[in-house]
Amino acid sequence: MTGSSLFVGVDVGASRTKAAVLDAQKHLLGWAVEKSGIDFSATADRCLQTALQMAGADAAAVSKTFSTGYGRKNVSYSQDTRTEIGCHAKGCYHYFPFAITVIDIGGQDNKVIKLDDAGRRISFKMNRKCAAGTGAFLEEMSPRLDIPLEAMDDLARRSTDMVKLGSFCTVFSATEVLENIRNGRKVEDIVKGLFYSVIKRVMEMDAMTEKVVMTGGVVANNPYLVIMAEEILGRSILVPEHPHLTGAIGAALYAIEDIGETHR
Amino acid sequence: MTEEKKVVIKKLNSAKTIGKFMADYYYGLDHAAKTGEKKVAWCTSVGPAEILRAMDFDVYFPETHSAMIGATRMAADLIPKANAVGYSPDICSYLTADIGGYLEGVSPLAKAFEGIEGPPKPDVLVFNTNQCRDVQDWFSYYGREYNVPVVGVHSYKGVEEVEDAHIQSISEQMKEMIPTLEEVAGKKFDIDRLREVLALSRECSDLWKEVLDTGAAVPSPITFFDGTTLMGPAVVGRGTPETNEVYRILLAELKERVANGEGAVEDERYRIYWDGMPVWGRLSAHAKLFAGLKTNVLASTYCNSWIFSALDPAEPFESMARAYTELFIVRADEPKESYIKNMLDFFKVDGIIYHDAKTCPANTNCRYGMPQRLQEETGIPFLVINGDLNDLRLISDEQTKTNVEAFIEQLAESK
Ligand code: SF4
Repeated sequence: MTGSSLFVGVDVGASRTKAAVLDAQKHLLGWAVEKSGIDFSATADRCLQTALQMAGADAAAVSKTFSTGYGRKNVSYSQDTRTEIGCHAKGCYHYFPFAITVIDIGGQDNKVIKLDDAGRRISFKMNRKCAAGTGAFLEEMSPRLDIPLEAMDDLARRSTDMVKLGSFCTVFSATEVLENIRNGRKVEDIVKGLFYSVIKRVMEMDAMTEKVVMTGGVVANNPYLVIMAEEILGRSILVPEHPHLTGAIGAALYAIEDIGETHR
Repeated sequence: MTEEKKVVIKKLNSAKTIGKFMADYYYGLDHAAKTGEKKVAWCTSVGPAEILRAMDFDVYFPETHSAMIGATRMAADLIPKANAVGYSPDICSYLTADIGGYLEGVSPLAKAFEGIEGPPKPDVLVFNTNQCRDVQDWFSYYGREYNVPVVGVHSYKGVEEVEDAHIQSISEQMKEMIPTLEEVAGKKFDIDRLREVLALSRECSDLWKEVLDTGAAVPSPITFFDGTTLMGPAVVGRGTPETNEVYRILLAELKERVANGEGAVEDERYRIYWDGMPVWGRLSAHAKLFAGLKTNVLASTYCNSWIFSALDPAEPFESMARAYTELFIVRADEPKESYIKNMLDFFKVDGIIYHDAKTCPANTNCRYGMPQRLQEETGIPFLVINGDLNDLRLISDEQTKTNVEAFIEQLAESK
């Protein structure tokens, strides 16, 4: 292994594809994020190019690539895969090396992963089949409220009288939202209500340990969610520098560890 | 590219013998119903089949039929037909798929066995609510449709200890069914014939237990997914000499595998216990998923539910009452937990998977904190997967796969 060896992790999520380039010392040198689209393989290729460019390196410097996420088997240049649960856990523990509960809010699913102080997984939970409480829920609601996704975070922060939504189900929640619009409730109060239901749902999936870490693209794009979660939890929550990249970083870390080990 | 690995599933030779047994069984039933040469009784899978056998009925089991509907992935089309006549999509999907098939006039038997159009028409229906109340509703539906008598045993639920009062009540209820059965059969009940059947049934149970116990070998020669089809004769044929014969053949093959150190899964590294119903429409997909991860799901509550060690020809009714009451599904959480603990120990298990089957609360054991309690006591980690026995619309394959892969990763990291 030479000093210039690079390791790549690619996280092909249902909504976004992320790539991360690390050196053997586990420093993040480059990254990329793109909409996954319908051609996962081509998107993964483009992400690699962008991330390598940022790292100032070319493909020849890459020693090993691992992929993860929904489309993990669609990455042509990856040598092995790990689940997104494993990768988010590893990525988070890299930044916060003590016993943690990881909350990942993804485009299609939520995960709550518990790690002990050695970084071993004790347990994990994914949301059930329904996408209520995931990024997909906010994506579904944005056209109904006629506001762009990117505007939600600012709107929610302006709310003074949050709307409480009661339903478990995305479809029923949409009906509730319509009812609130009809009743003249302000859009920022409705958006905060949507945020609240996302946060509540995921935090109810498991008991939270002392230190909680939040990751995922939804958190990266809507940091107000973290503030709301802190209010519910009554203590501060840790967020890594690039919350949307933890899965990709975790995959790259697995690739680094795998050097010298035989493949499964 | 990280292609999906091709996984080869090792077949048991005796699976063919068992397949032939099942074919003969269904042809026999079809013949009986069409010619009227023998009366046909429908019975629940853990019901008092021995009494029916002793009275010379040919015995048909709707649950096995509905599992076939599930395995052939016909259920999602049939369930809505039963929903339309008032059977909710939230109740047992064996019931809804089976009634849906009846309403549509379709059956997997017609596809599997040339000349058979569907289930044999019943002369009487006999249920036991020891597993759930749904079976009573299911059988009563057919009782009305075919205009034939429905008799049954109303069992206890959440039984801590099996007590004399339970035994007395259940055996009385069994005896009370006899006049109706005599009338339908057109012959007198003969206790000595029942003793013979019970002796054979007990032998079947012992053989089936021996078959499943081979799973304790490392590597295990058998998987849970094998077990779900190999158990066919124990369900539909217990109490007959032919059944015991096929299990002797199966047992010999499994023992040979053990002697040769041959596992059912190539390079077995992780050993899993399965609690709850199988997902019938995904048996082979699940078998491949686990085998690809060098993991053998080798023991289960489900397959072990057809072990009836209490059966005793010396005390026919009492021992049947005991055997059908001491079953896992009838019991309270505490005996259930100690049962599973013994299994984990005996089969040297690394992890447990609980199947939370949406439409079968009776056979779902992860809704009241049991996984957490057992993990605390044994240190053995668990995974819950959400799904269903028959209704594939309640399943997300991608989520199941990710969950299972992540669970095996977790086991790998803690080894
Ligand atoms: S135990 Fe479950 S699967 Fe079996 S009949 Fe009852 S509800 Fe249906």
